[in-house]
Amino acid sequence: MRRATFIAACIIAAMAILVPVLNLWVPADSALHIPDHLVPLLGKYLCFAILALALDLAWGYCGILSLGHGAFFALGGYAMGMYLMRQIGSRGVYANPILPDFMVFLNWKDLPWYWYGFDMFWFAAIMVMLVPGLLAFVFGWFAFRSRVTGVYLSIITQALTYALLLAFFRNDMGFGGNNGLTDFKDILGFNIQSQGTRAALFAATALTLAAFLLMLQWIVASRLGKVMVAVRDAESRTRFIGYRVEHVKLFAFTLSAVMAGVAGALYVPQVGIINPGEFSPANSIEIVIWSAVGGRGTLVGPIIGALTVNAGKSYFTAAFPDAWLLVLGALFVCVTLFLPRGIVGTLSEWWEKRPQRTAAQAPVASMEAAQ
Amino acid sequence: MSKRGSILYLDGITVSFDGFKALNSLSLIVGQGEMRAIIGPNGAGKTTMMDVITGKTRPDEGEALFDGNVDLLTRDEATIARLGIGRKFQRPSVFESHTVWDNIELALEGNRGVVDSLFHRLSPAEMARIEEVLETVGLTAQARRLAAHLSHGQKQWLEIGMLLAQEPKLLLVDEPVAGMTDDETAATARLLKRIAREKAVVVVEHDMSFVRELGVRVTVLHEGAVLAEGSLDAVSADPRVIEVYLGR
Repeated sequence: MRRATFIAACIIAAMAILVPVLNLWVPADSALHIPDHLVPLLGKYLCFAILALALDLAWGYCGILSLGHGAFFALGGYAMGMYLMRQIGSRGVYANPILPDFMVFLNWKDLPWYWYGFDMFWFAAIMVMLVPGLLAFVFGWFAFRSRVTGVYLSIITQALTYALLLAFFRNDMGFGGNNGLTDFKDILGFNIQSQGTRAALFAATALTLAAFLLMLQWIVASRLGKVMVAVRDAESRTRFIGYRVEHVKLFAFTLSAVMAGVAGALYVPQVGIINPGEFSPANSIEIVIWSAVGGRGTLVGPIIGALTVNAGKSYFTAAFPDAWLLVLGALFVCVTLFLPRGIVGTLSEWWEKRPQRTAAQAPVASMEAAQ
Repeated sequence: MSKRGSILYLDGITVSFDGFKALNSLSLIVGQGEMRAIIGPNGAGKTTMMDVITGKTRPDEGEALFDGNVDLLTRDEATIARLGIGRKFQRPSVFESHTVWDNIELALEGNRGVVDSLFHRLSPAEMARIEEVLETVGLTAQARRLAAHLSHGQKQWLEIGMLLAQEPKLLLVDEPVAGMTDDETAATARLLKRIAREKAVVVVEHDMSFVRELGVRVTVLHEGAVLAEGSLDAVSADPRVIEVYLGR
């Protein structure tokens, strides 16, 4: 498993170089050229892969089935969106140097206090991780301490994202209401629409995914990773040998939320918009499907799941727009019935069985040799 | 015997669930290094007693002391486990997707914090200890197998091994031989007797021949209180015990 992770991390890191090169420097008439519209699309898939990987830490390894991970993704996205909004400055429709357009439109006179600091990238970058992390920590602190588990936990995470959806739809929340944040101009001084920036954003996303993959490999191989699996499989046993189950869960859940937030922050500049729709409960359920299809409890699985399901989604929504939800539903049913461990889980199970067969034959052989 | 010199001291423990008294002013003292068997019909309160000792259930009243002076009733499961009370569940409860070795490693005495676990590296001393525990419970040959692939009896032994790795002062063992073959039962009795040389052990069991094999002092529970205490022969001759087990 460990080797598969390293190979996957290398492939993803190689993509960080290869895709921008093939897009920017290979002539457009070459067969190897990656068209401009494909770069942000691939970048979007990789953001979803980060998100699926994040959920897998909580669900696949620690048994916390969160049906609200979309909320952490969206919060990270909003934090990045706020930075991008403030970069617009006086280039907006109303040319207000401080207030984003939607605030001028609502006749607001002052910037709300929670928009302070977002004109600085470093501040926004911290908030991208801090806001989802803090929410997950506080939420998890109460939920895990009260020993809310299983389906009850899943339901309240779903309620969490739904509550945020409703809150962010309101104009007086100060996040652009229904329309969300959009019309971004530049990021760190680079034009957000330019092909070079898009290639750089893709590379940043791929490198982040590779780094997260290696980080999680290190975590799940540590004793803490084993304790997480122990919590997943036999929570009370873990407690009775002296581990504080709530602390282990809190660590996994909070780290997972931070990763989801980073995924959201990388997503927003590449798609050019963040709106309350990202909080929709259906989005969070889709993340679960990606992980389940790819193989939860493996690190490479959720990435493969997110990429294949989303590539399928892009194809089906273009070719058969009405059929997509049916296909998604059928896919989930089929995977649950026929591949309960997902694509990668099933493959690795098949792979692990091979050496075992030879090992089982070995003692018989040696006994026969002794006789 | 008094609080002093006891490993476990329960006095007047009462637990009621919706008016039903699962434990009714239960008092029990287990000495340092003692092995005690607890028997009693279904519903006598054996498992509830274990729950109270390990912090899973809070009693309505009573006093529970560990090692003569540590109050168990104000502490939670993880703290009590770290104090040195190991508990084996009635049904085998092991980490099925971990190897036998990893199961023992996770139970190994040591720091249980999140950060410590993240950076922990297995020391040679710890490895030697894991091997020693595996040897004691007879699972050395199975060390690399997944716990899920063990037989029922082997899982029970693995769980006892996990308790040993915790280095507890007191082991609570709930029905260790339920569902075991006769050979496995005999092996388990030998194992527990060996463990009892160094640690205090409380065994809850239904199987009378197993209790006889252990050859230790027996406490009979009935309706949440102690009915009789003494050698197995003495308590089995007690007319009240006979009535509880055979009468009605």
